[in-house]
Amino acid sequence: MRVMAQMGMVMNLDKCIGCHTCSVTCKQAWTNRAGVEYVWFNNVETRPGQGYPRRYEDQEQWRGGWELNKRGRLKLKAGGRVRKLLGIFASPVQPELKDYYEPWTYDYQNLVQAPLGNDFPVARPKSLITGKDTKITWSANWDDDLGGTAELGHLDPLVEKVRRESEDRIKFEFEQTFMFYLPRICEHCLNPSCMASCPSGAIYKREEDGIVLVDQDRCRGWRQCVTGCPYKKIYFNHKTGKAEKCTFCYPRVEIGLPTVCSETCVGRLRYLGLFLYDADAVTAAASRADPRELYEAQLDLLLDPNDPDVIAGAREQGIPEDWMDAARRSPVYALAKVYRVALPLHPEYRTMPMVWYVPPLSPVVDLLREQGHDAEDRGNLFGAIEALRIPVEYLAELFTAGDTAVVTDVLRKLAAMRAYLRGITLGNDPDDAIAASVGMDGESLYAMYRLMAIAKYEERYVIPKAHVEQAHDLEELGCSLNFEEGPGMYPSGAFGEASGRPTPVAVETFHALKQRQTTEDFAQPGRLQGRVNLLNWDGEGVPEGLFPEKPSDPGRKDTEGDGQ
Amino acid sequence: MALLDILLWGVLPYVMVAVLVGGSIWRYRYDQFGWTTRSSQLYESRLLRIGSPLFHFGLLFVIAGHFFGLVIPMAWTEAVGMSQGIYHFNALLVGSLAGICTLGGLAILIYRRRRTGPVFMATTRNDKLMYVVLAAAILLGLWTTVASIGAPETPQNNYRETVSPWFRSLFILQPDIGAMAEAPFSFHLHTLVGMALFTLWPFTRLVHAFTAPLHYLFRPYIVYRSRDERPVAGARARQRGWSQVGTADRDR
Ligand code: SF4
Ligand code: SF4
Repeated sequence: MRVMAQMGMVMNLDKCIGCHTCSVTCKQAWTNRAGVEYVWFNNVETRPGQGYPRRYEDQEQWRGGWELNKRGRLKLKAGGRVRKLLGIFASPVQPELKDYYEPWTYDYQNLVQAPLGNDFPVARPKSLITGKDTKITWSANWDDDLGGTAELGHLDPLVEKVRRESEDRIKFEFEQTFMFYLPRICEHCLNPSCMASCPSGAIYKREEDGIVLVDQDRCRGWRQCVTGCPYKKIYFNHKTGKAEKCTFCYPRVEIGLPTVCSETCVGRLRYLGLFLYDADAVTAAASRADPRELYEAQLDLLLDPNDPDVIAGAREQGIPEDWMDAARRSPVYALAKVYRVALPLHPEYRTMPMVWYVPPLSPVVDLLREQGHDAEDRGNLFGAIEALRIPVEYLAELFTAGDTAVVTDVLRKLAAMRAYLRGITLGNDPDDAIAASVGMDGESLYAMYRLMAIAKYEERYVIPKAHVEQAHDLEELGCSLNFEEGPGMYPSGAFGEASGRPTPVAVETFHALKQRQTTEDFAQPGRLQGRVNLLNWDGEGVPEGLFPEKPSDPGRKDTEGDGQ
Repeated sequence: MALLDILLWGVLPYVMVAVLVGGSIWRYRYDQFGWTTRSSQLYESRLLRIGSPLFHFGLLFVIAGHFFGLVIPMAWTEAVGMSQGIYHFNALLVGSLAGICTLGGLAILIYRRRRTGPVFMATTRNDKLMYVVLAAAILLGLWTTVASIGAPETPQNNYRETVSPWFRSLFILQPDIGAMAEAPFSFHLHTLVGMALFTLWPFTRLVHAFTAPLHYLFRPYIVYRSRDERPVAGARARQRGWSQVGTADRDR
């Protein structure tokens, strides 16, 4: 047994309102740059829907993830090592920009500069790729809220599958429709196929917290990882020629702050915490023959942080005590393994994803309520879960490789929690029969309710800090700090765009922010290294650094009338 | 021996090697982040899927051919019983095939680069210069091959008695300038443009060839890297300025 720690996330889908705040803040933080205009490390999809990039779940087409070969051994679905190397000159199955979407902006200038005339000036959409006029035909969330689903719904690979397998059809007529939102980030898998596909070995998993990162200095742009990731969560930066992916906001996580998407989530539906897992058992678990056993196998990998053997094993691996303590308080471990209500997304890809989802009960509740039933009543809910086969089958395709029994179990637990708590709210005695009917006791059902409904910030995000004694190594592992000249605004090196040393992300902004948040005084603008901080500007005078320094040559006329 | 010959075939090759090696080392150290294929497959992949493999695989054969022709002495092939006629026929056949594939692939790639809006937008001046020199080197190479078909069989026309001995002599630092000077003009031109290409090489996107990921065949699928100091395979050395307080432990 080799005990390793892994940062994980759980999202409670019932609470997602599809506001895209997480996507926007993530984009502002990480992909607000040329070359990644089309990239959303965090995106929110409406399901049923095609997703982003379109139909990424159709692995017969995109060939992401792993499969078992004839001898039952794991092999990349896109082919073995030799095959990958032979395909290096033109990746055989790589999504193109049109599978994501062509990013655009608007010609706003025309609004103010158009000559006076009878027609209102319009801001034409301009492609961010070619700079030319463009027609907007798709985007990262074009089919949001089932937009266009009546026409395009059948293009959802899961809908196709469920339709093939069941006699009924998923209906897109309004009154019979169900819908929920699925926020997605990189899964920071235990058995990542992106990493296995990378010919350069530039993608790595951090030993300490399991975050999967791309070493920007080592990546050579062979783009095999884009094919390799079944979730299509590796993106190709077309300006720098390097692969980029969700970083789990490692500079924040290292100092104990939640990721940007979690911090800003309006529904407060994200949980962050540690998993302990047995690294030696991962391959065997991912090689289970029956894809429906993969969920259980994945659960078995997660180790109980209270088990003395595990504690001893963790000590042996040098996992610090405060991390062990955090693992014991981990909300993600509780939801995934103790209460068993969080499920992995597409376990059948065999990558052992570490972002888990509590499936939504809302399709069932909404339908009951619309039909005038009491949607909090246990009997009604349980009955509906049995009767509403389509949503359950759809969820099963997403979370359990099609095993509806597991999904039904989880939904029943959620339903029992509702019914149990309603009893308490109405002033009745807690009805432990409800808890017993889903194999729990009243106490744990209540604890689960606390965690899922009213947990505070510190309970939702249990993030042990990285150790200070390692601090210098943490910042920008695989990036460089030795920039000789002071960093201008992202200078270009001798080889054109994006060559030369990158300006480290964490070092500059992070320390500036932290200093601003923790000092009593105003942050010194000088600490922002050449940027202007308007946040602390009181409106008096000119903020430092807004205008370039005037030359101090006394003979020059323009410095004299300066009023100093 | 004319001064020009000395410069071209005695000095220039070494200058070229100095720039190629020095430039590559310098860039590898200074510009890891810029060291990439800068693939444009995201924009367009239909033409790329034909052109790129054609070009690259063709090029691999061309390189193999050059190795065979330049490095292996004529005496060796004759010793194993390969007559000049057979050798020449084979070289012509394989050489022209590989050359035509490479050129065809390159033509598709250049056409694609020019006609696909986003790909053209992403083409830098550096790329354009590189394309000109690369295309010229391949065209001239094909020309040497084709021109030798009709040429009379004189020793001068046989590059294995002129270019190859000169090439090998470069490595023992005693360039056989006379032999190279004898070679036909087409070979001179091809060699010069070839040297220009290698001089440019470290400063263009062609560097990606130097990091061809052959180690992929041998590395484990899953890569762990530590944030700590424990040496992990592939971990970077600490950056300057972050050395710890204290002295190194004594082993003995
Ligand atoms: S989800 Fe993330 S870790 Fe998993 S294969 Fe994709 S990019 Fe890699
Ligand atoms: S911010 Fe939260 S509620 Fe809003 S879309 Fe993202 S995950 Fe859903």
